[in-house]
Amino acid sequence: MRIELVKRPQRSALFSMLSPFIAFALTIIAGAIMFALLGVNPLDAFNIYFIQPISEVWQLHELAIKAAPLILIAVGLSVCYKANIWNIGAEGQFIFGAIFGSIIPVLFPQFEGPFVIPLMLLLGMIGGALYASIPAFLKTRFSTNEILTSLMLVYVAQLFLDWLVRGPWRDPQGHGFPQTIQFGDWAVLPQLMPDDGRANWGFVFALVAAVAIWLMMSRMLKGFEVRVLGSSPRAGRFAGFGFNRMVFFTFLLSGALAGLAGISEVSGAIGQLQPVISPGYGFTAIIVAFLGRLNPLGIVAAGLVLALTYLGGEAVQTALGISDKVARVFQGMLLFFVLGCDTLIHYRIRLIGLALTNGAAKLEAAPKLEEAR
Amino acid sequence: MKKLLIALMTTVAALSVVATAEAADKLKACWVYTGPIGDFGYSYQHDQGRLQVEKALGDKVETAYLENVSEGPDADRAFERLAREKCKIIFGTSFGFMDAEVKVAKKFPKVMFEHATGYKTGKNLGIYNARFYEGRYVLGQIAAKESKKGLAGYIVSFPIPEVVMGINSFILGAQSVNPDFKVKIVWVNSWFDPGKEADAAKALFDQGADIIVQHTDSTAALQVAEERKLHGFGQSSDMIKFAPNAQLTALTDEWGPYYISRVKAALDGTWKPDNVWLGIKDGAVKLAPFTNMPDDVKAMAEATTKKIAGGWNPFTGPVSKQDGTPWLKDGEVADDGTLLGMNFYVKGIDDKLPQ
Repeated sequence: MRIELVKRPQRSALFSMLSPFIAFALTIIAGAIMFALLGVNPLDAFNIYFIQPISEVWQLHELAIKAAPLILIAVGLSVCYKANIWNIGAEGQFIFGAIFGSIIPVLFPQFEGPFVIPLMLLLGMIGGALYASIPAFLKTRFSTNEILTSLMLVYVAQLFLDWLVRGPWRDPQGHGFPQTIQFGDWAVLPQLMPDDGRANWGFVFALVAAVAIWLMMSRMLKGFEVRVLGSSPRAGRFAGFGFNRMVFFTFLLSGALAGLAGISEVSGAIGQLQPVISPGYGFTAIIVAFLGRLNPLGIVAAGLVLALTYLGGEAVQTALGISDKVARVFQGMLLFFVLGCDTLIHYRIRLIGLALTNGAAKLEAAPKLEEAR
Repeated sequence: MKKLLIALMTTVAALSVVATAEAADKLKACWVYTGPIGDFGYSYQHDQGRLQVEKALGDKVETAYLENVSEGPDADRAFERLAREKCKIIFGTSFGFMDAEVKVAKKFPKVMFEHATGYKTGKNLGIYNARFYEGRYVLGQIAAKESKKGLAGYIVSFPIPEVVMGINSFILGAQSVNPDFKVKIVWVNSWFDPGKEADAAKALFDQGADIIVQHTDSTAALQVAEERKLHGFGQSSDMIKFAPNAQLTALTDEWGPYYISRVKAALDGTWKPDNVWLGIKDGAVKLAPFTNMPDDVKAMAEATTKKIAGGWNPFTGPVSKQDGTPWLKDGEVADDGTLLGMNFYVKGIDDKLPQ
């Protein structure tokens, strides 16, 4: 027996919307089986994994901290992907945003005042956008594959940051540890409600970005342009939309947002540069973008869910003594089921019956018999 | 459906109430590890200490831990989470947790904090450390005896004082046997990265070293030594299972007794922030059985271990710094303050300390 995927003539609008929810439900079911196999009561585990982290104020703050970079990056990526342009290198743009934004607190720590933060954020966006312009330039000028170039530039960015914090930017008083000096008070992104928890303005930026991009995509000509070029480049050209301009626009936009996420994270949550500043936000954001159906508002929800898997993973560790790998397993399952459900929206499964397979086998076997003789 | 949901939620609520009621009478002791407890090295050894606490104090305590916590914003959250989850005493086991622990300790003045290998203390933050360098002197002596080429490869993590003093102690030990002994150093800039550690071991062997020492946490380097039929030393825990023919001995950390005494103090209400530096004498630093070496080397290693346990310090003069300027006069012993801030090499090390 064989399984084949057959393209559906029409895709169901209802199930396109339901798909992430179905995927989430399937993840829960598979997760319950996993917990049961680990010898833990699944109800208990889910309570700790998904309910407790959102039942305390300080944890909500942590959730916002984790979700902010994911949402910021994913919102930018969604525009790229809608235009059928594949920026996989948000992680690198995140890092370059962080580096550019850190120029002020690291090299000019004596520069203080209320202008420091806005300048840092601006520099961060410029850094991310500049770094994203490299794959855009290579694509428009030399027709390189932007998936490869943007991805490979991630490793360049990681190593560049590594070199910076071990070399020229290292804190001379840091006992040799590879990190820059701690940012001064004026260079730290303020917290939203310092009495309750640590959440900073990064989360507000994420929400504002999501709403702005949503307005652009649904209400403005630019959004229409993105969608037309994405679904049919030829039609776009007839309408007078330039493909190369679109490549630059989407890369610069997503790069700037990733850069903003980078400097917000470094300035708000870490307070200094160190060799590793992201647990893979740039890549996890790709999951978030698709989980949110490339819709900026959906992405906000998806970002919160993904952030919850991180926090929940820690909670089950302390409460039930389960390995820290559980969180990664959950994220993996979620992506797997989302992609699986999406595939089934576009395709249906056809089982090729046994009889037919046998017939085919006979046909295939015949020449072999010939050879054997 | 709705009824089911309500039933479900009440069960969940009831379950969590039972769980907290049970926990109320016990003292909750918690740990934060930088690596996975499955590293079979540093974090594994701390977790062994945690298990000894459970065993020794039985139903008076309950324990919890977070593993693989990266040194950054996640560390802040890890300590905050444990403090909020009613941990009464929290041990942070890596140097890089220092600032996170200082921050969270200020926020939770009623929780007792302990930080390993750091130097910042507070009203409710004590520090503890082990004199690993004592054991490294013995490793140096063994290496000098066992190496045919007079060259050891040394894999290190970060140029912090603890690591630098380990390198220095090792070379002093080696020079006491073979004054021309040399060491090649590779910085892998991570405490736990089996891939990098293995690559470093291969590179060092390829460059002519025939014995390997490490100040990183995994078993990878020793396994490379096993493959090449050369020798090395286990780090943090006895790694003989991973390299039965390669391991000469292992520099192991025994945190259990210390953890038990601290948790006991917390139970009695006598806990005060401490600043201890435990060595071979206290049983916190131990050398695994000496294997794969001739009897005379073994005898020497045992004698040196005994000498150190008796109070002798490997950093006893005369010792010169790398550039030849004298550091310790004949018979002079380095004080703890200098050791804890050590940022220079002693004579005979052919490497530039990353600045």
